[in-house]
Amino acid sequence: MGKVKSLDDLKKMKEEVQSRINLREKSDHPENQVQVKVAMATCGIASGAKEIMDYFINELDKRNIDAIVTQTGCMGYCYAEPTVEITLPGKEPVVFGYVDTKKADEIIEEYIKKGELIDGIIPVTYKTIDE
Amino acid sequence: MKDLSMHILDIAQNSITADASLIQIAIHEDMEKNSYEIVIADDGKGMTKEICDRVTDPYFTTRTTRKVGIGLSLLRQNAEQTGGHIDIHSEPGKGTKVRSIFTYDHIDRPALGDISGTIITLVAANPEIDLIYTHTAQNGKYCFDTREIKAALEDMKISNPKIRQYLHEMIEENLTEINPDQPVDGSKYI
Ligand SMILES: Nc1ncnc2c1ncn2[C@@H]1O[C@H](COP(=O)(O)OP(=O)(O)OP(=O)(O)O)[C@@H](O)[C@H]1O
Ligand SMILES: [Mg+2]
Repeated sequence: MGKVKSLDDLKKMKEEVQSRINLREKSDHPENQVQVKVAMATCGIASGAKEIMDYFINELDKRNIDAIVTQTGCMGYCYAEPTVEITLPGKEPVVFGYVDTKKADEIIEEYIKKGELIDGIIPVTYKTIDE
Repeated sequence: MKDLSMHILDIAQNSITADASLIQIAIHEDMEKNSYEIVIADDGKGMTKEICDRVTDPYFTTRTTRKVGIGLSLLRQNAEQTGGHIDIHSEPGKGTKVRSIFTYDHIDRPALGDISGTIITLVAANPEIDLIYTHTAQNGKYCFDTREIKAALEDMKISNPKIRQYLHEMIEENLTEINPDQPVDGSKYI
């Protein structure tokens, strides 16, 4: 059996990744970043929110979009889980419901990249729940 | 909830909502005692005794976004179905500990499911929170501690996809070490 991955190898891995990242220079200016929040309360988790979150993390990186993906508690739209809140720089947050990977792909291509509104937006006056 | 790791993700979300800065997840598989124990502890804002006594009532919640809360009662229901139980200790300002016991070989015990993916999801989505995951099985104990990981990574973000992938594999490989009877594929890990 091969050697099990450990923290030491993680350090090597890190150097490797770092040399590649510098080329791309990710900004550390949150105001220019796309913010993606995936609702992860019981209803969200039960309907697949984890897979959607992983999809956003991987795809946004692959497509070179400077974004920060985080999780949030219940946003109050259990009937439409998984739900995802997208905030484009300088814009109001928009919440999408019933997000599967196909919808997530559309959100990235149409809304995040081009700013075009697409189906699936939850039409309510939305206040962020964090506070 | 399809499997135990989804419960874990869910209960840990309660800790995040309670502003925890450290979450400890411990799984203890004990075939001799025929028990499968999951403990999730946090240093979040905790709750009063009154609230704590009621949280596993179906539908109890203090949230204002929706009238019902089902996370803890689902966990309780699932544990009890296997002849197990849950108990919750909490203190305002100190934190909360949720302990659930399942009967190991009970037919209704859900599989663990994708625990590596669950841990990584929690870690990547909440970089400011520290997480310690310990897993004890027949061949030993594995401990995953984000404080060590962050120290090794220095200024590299834990949410970097390559790093996430690496950590995911690292957890999976270590789990196979402590429980060689289980399939390597994390999704089937029971
Ligand atoms: N770790 C914790 N720290 C502080 N309070 C908690 C914690 N876990 C649960 N609670 C309290 O218990 C209540 C019930 O939790 P439960 O997970 O069952 O439902 P919920 O989180 O309110 O909603 P849901 O899980 O269905 O999205 C919460 O609203 C909260 O008041
Ligand atoms: Mg909950």
